[in-house]
Amino acid sequence: MPTKATTPERVRVRKTYKLYIGGAFPRSESGRSYPVHDSKGNLLAQAAQASRKDVRDAVVAARKAQPGWAKATAYNRGQVLYRVAEMLEGRREQFAAEVGAAEGISPAKALSTVDDAIDRWVWYAGWTDKYAQVVGSSNPVAGPYFNFSLPEPTGVVGVLAPQESSLLGLVSVVAPVIATGNAAVVVAAEQRPLPAISLAEVLATSDLPGGVINLLTGRTAELAPWLASHRDVNAVDLTGVAAEARPPLQQAAADNVKRAYVPYVEDWTADPGTGRLAAFVETKTVWHPIGV
Amino acid sequence: MTRDDAALRRFLHGLPGVDQVGAEARAAGLFTRSIKTTAKAWAIDTAISMVDLTTLEGADTPGKVRSLCAKAMQPDSGAPPVAAVCVYPDLVSTAVDALRGSRVAVASVATAFPSGRASLRVKLDDVRDAVEAGAGEIDMVIDRGAFLAGRYRQVFDEIVATKEACGDAHLKVILETGELVTLDNVRRASWLALLAGGDFIKTSTGKVSPAATPPVALTMLQAVRDFLAATGGARGVKLAGGIRSSKDAVRYLVMVNEVAGDRWLDPALFRFGASSLLNDLLLQRHKLATGAYDGADYVTVD
Amino acid sequence: MKFEYAPAPESRDIARLREHYGIFVDGAFREGRGEAVKTINPADEEPLAEVAEAGPSDVDDAVRAARRAYEKTWGPMPGRERAKYLYRIARAIQERSRELAVLESLDNGKPIKESRDVDIPLAAAHFFYYAGWADKLPYAGLGPDPKPIGVAGQIIPWNFPLLMAAWKIAPALACGNTVVLKPAETTPLTALTLAEIIAEADLPPGVVNILAGGPEIGQAIVEHESIDKLAFTGSTEVGKIIQRTTAGTGKRLSLELGGKAANIIFEDAPLDQAIEGIVNGIFFNQGHVCCAGSRLLVQESIADDVIAALHSRLTTLRLGDPLDKNTDIGAINSAAQLARIRELTSSGVDEGAQSWSPPCELPERGYWFAPTVFTHVSQANRIAREEIFGPVLSVLTFRTPAEAVEKANNTPYGLSAGIWTEKGSRILWFAQQLRAGVIWANTFNRFDPGSPFGGYKESGFGREGGRHGLEAYLAH
Repeated sequence: MPTKATTPERVRVRKTYKLYIGGAFPRSESGRSYPVHDSKGNLLAQAAQASRKDVRDAVVAARKAQPGWAKATAYNRGQVLYRVAEMLEGRREQFAAEVGAAEGISPAKALSTVDDAIDRWVWYAGWTDKYAQVVGSSNPVAGPYFNFSLPEPTGVVGVLAPQESSLLGLVSVVAPVIATGNAAVVVAAEQRPLPAISLAEVLATSDLPGGVINLLTGRTAELAPWLASHRDVNAVDLTGVAAEARPPLQQAAADNVKRAYVPYVEDWTADPGTGRLAAFVETKTVWHPIGV
Repeated sequence: MTRDDAALRRFLHGLPGVDQVGAEARAAGLFTRSIKTTAKAWAIDTAISMVDLTTLEGADTPGKVRSLCAKAMQPDSGAPPVAAVCVYPDLVSTAVDALRGSRVAVASVATAFPSGRASLRVKLDDVRDAVEAGAGEIDMVIDRGAFLAGRYRQVFDEIVATKEACGDAHLKVILETGELVTLDNVRRASWLALLAGGDFIKTSTGKVSPAATPPVALTMLQAVRDFLAATGGARGVKLAGGIRSSKDAVRYLVMVNEVAGDRWLDPALFRFGASSLLNDLLLQRHKLATGAYDGADYVTVD
Repeated sequence: MKFEYAPAPESRDIARLREHYGIFVDGAFREGRGEAVKTINPADEEPLAEVAEAGPSDVDDAVRAARRAYEKTWGPMPGRERAKYLYRIARAIQERSRELAVLESLDNGKPIKESRDVDIPLAAAHFFYYAGWADKLPYAGLGPDPKPIGVAGQIIPWNFPLLMAAWKIAPALACGNTVVLKPAETTPLTALTLAEIIAEADLPPGVVNILAGGPEIGQAIVEHESIDKLAFTGSTEVGKIIQRTTAGTGKRLSLELGGKAANIIFEDAPLDQAIEGIVNGIFFNQGHVCCAGSRLLVQESIADDVIAALHSRLTTLRLGDPLDKNTDIGAINSAAQLARIRELTSSGVDEGAQSWSPPCELPERGYWFAPTVFTHVSQANRIAREEIFGPVLSVLTFRTPAEAVEKANNTPYGLSAGIWTEKGSRILWFAQQLRAGVIWANTFNRFDPGSPFGGYKESGFGREGGRHGLEAYLAH
């Protein structure tokens, strides 16, 4: 006898979480992945476990993208960053779910964290065309010379993202790096990488040139030394590394006089100030005679 | 290159630019040279021998000119004679008479000095008048208006015509750099004058301020240096106006030495157009000889 | 006719050289517990004075004194009062400028015209400039209530001994820090005279401590656990060691290291001024300048003209007695530096570059090196890549702006660069493209207390000079 037709429960299409390098989403060249769990220990997904070669490829992509990004007008960079915020806003619930799962916080808290993250993008989007005005200067030298100083991006910045704050922390360290025209190679929070990969999807669809932000997931302790010692990386942000693990990375950074940034306070909900913008710029001073 | 305004413009504007601040800094740097003792004594006598002792006043008289000529031939005991006496055309014959038998040349300003605002015919007559009276050197003025308006060919032609009117007389071309204002213009006017056949390029009439300034002198010395390298022709530079102290004269000699080269340390290629400078050179000469500072009463007022 | 400049020497007596110098700790001069060494006049290799260098325990004393002063007097002192002390120092340097200039030339070997016209006036100007900041720090854009860092250890090189001391001490003090400074081993005398000026200005004891000494004293300062901030000017090699040493200590660090600056000459450059810029760029201070324009990049179309003009200009340079007011090129600072210059220049010859020097008689005694221009240099040659820190210029050519930028930036260094062209938009394009902290357009080697100075890449980090220079001495 015919059974009553029932609609079978739909099977969800699961997402494969991959790396984000040069605007593309490759798997790790090593073929490795690692399980990611929620705060209660339930398996969320397998994330790609990046290798030193993925670091290398990401640095190449960042180096290639950086000059063009720096050359884009500050207005344009601001528009691109703002576009990222718009796209984040559109995926607010998705991020809230991912952040909630990753950080084990209530849905309401997760949502407000995502809101903070979106607002932080907007804050940095607005800085792109103002930062040089605030820290640049015309210097009254004792002679017939026009002399001015302005901030320029340091270049390629390796970012070890904070381990706890999977989205707000990530956004807070990445946005200031690219706002001034740097390119970033970011190692996401090791145990909470999924919001980062979703962020990469946002970046890929928001006019940010490929390679400006490259996102790796994997073992921070494995990848950090390669970033810190890479001679084509100009600066490294050690935020996501525990204090006791920083010294060897700082030592490795000395090999090419890399700027090694160590945060002094980390409260992601506080006013971020301009410290992180300042950490990844160089002051360039230009002289020219004044005559007829 | 000298075919018309356009060709001249292409050449003159193709010359390397002059950065004013850099030129001033270089001139100031040269002026910090410290010239002492034997070097100073040598420089002072050399400077004296390069003076075009000048009087260009409406009140000039034959008497004044004769007195100047006496000073020119023997400025002081043991001092060399000056290079030339420089007067208006109507007083050339007086100077020629007074200087007869000496090595001192007679120079005359001409071409409707100092403004040059007369027709070419009048200007050339002015030149011929002076030459016929015996002037061996003619100091002409260029038409600054024409130069500033870009009528380079006109300026060029006037210099050529004046040179022709000079005959054997040496032609010094006054650029009146104070009216040209920029060092780029000084360089272009220098080359224009050299290309047109001027024997000397000269800074100023002495009637316009600023007259000879260190960066202007520097730029003109570079022009004759480069002209020699380009053509093989050695032309002179005369600084006139505003140089009153021995210290400045010695500094300029340092500049001549280091910018154009020691070949220019010669009255045949370098002059100071001056009146009061000579007395200061003599005062310094006394100081070097006696070790004591001299007073103005011990040199003659002419 | 030949214009021979008679010798015009400054009198050595003006330096008021003493037979013996000690160290300056906690407001008083005393014997250092290290070795007593002779400091030598590099122009004749004669000893100038004996200096009782610091030993490691002197570093402890100095740091302790600096800490005490930081906590008790200088740190709590209102900015307007600190300012007045700095103004006093500035004035005293001006008053004793001739003495300091002669002393600097004796100890360092640099021409008196440079110590007189550049080093000493700029040192005074630095104190003047930063004095004015001391009571205006909240307006510097570095936070509403900026705080000093604490005790600063400062290690300076021998190329601009007094000026570097001023660059280090003035901003540190203006911001309320106290200082332990080590001058270079070969050039301690003007720093020790500055200590005298500081004592006479009645600065509270311990605010500034000056320790003569060698690398081991530098190391003791770098490793000292009670130092909060390190500022180093010197070689990239040593800078890296310091960066490694301070890793994980929480010490703040600023580094001003080596350079291999490109000086780029376009065919439309103001040529006579460019020649001066090239000469000043590499022969100023015997090329002992971290931002020296040691790589000349000249557009191929004018390369021959530029080299010819350079040759004739170099023949007018006067090498000799640093105290002679007409000397353009003085002595190389030390035998060790001379050896390094010789080693690198001979590598240039070995690698096929062509060396040229003007006819130039070198004094028999002392450390001397004739101005040298290398042509036919390739980008791969050591002389085009390594910092020589001597009067040696490498000439390379380029054809297009892109090639010039590529070659200019093709170095691990990034301290300074020069660009010469009469085309304004090209200047700004180059200023944008060049990866260097200081860009001189139609000029070179200009310095001013109000102008930030410091490098990109391996030339270091942090800025000295200007408002930006305060950042290195204020707590986050």
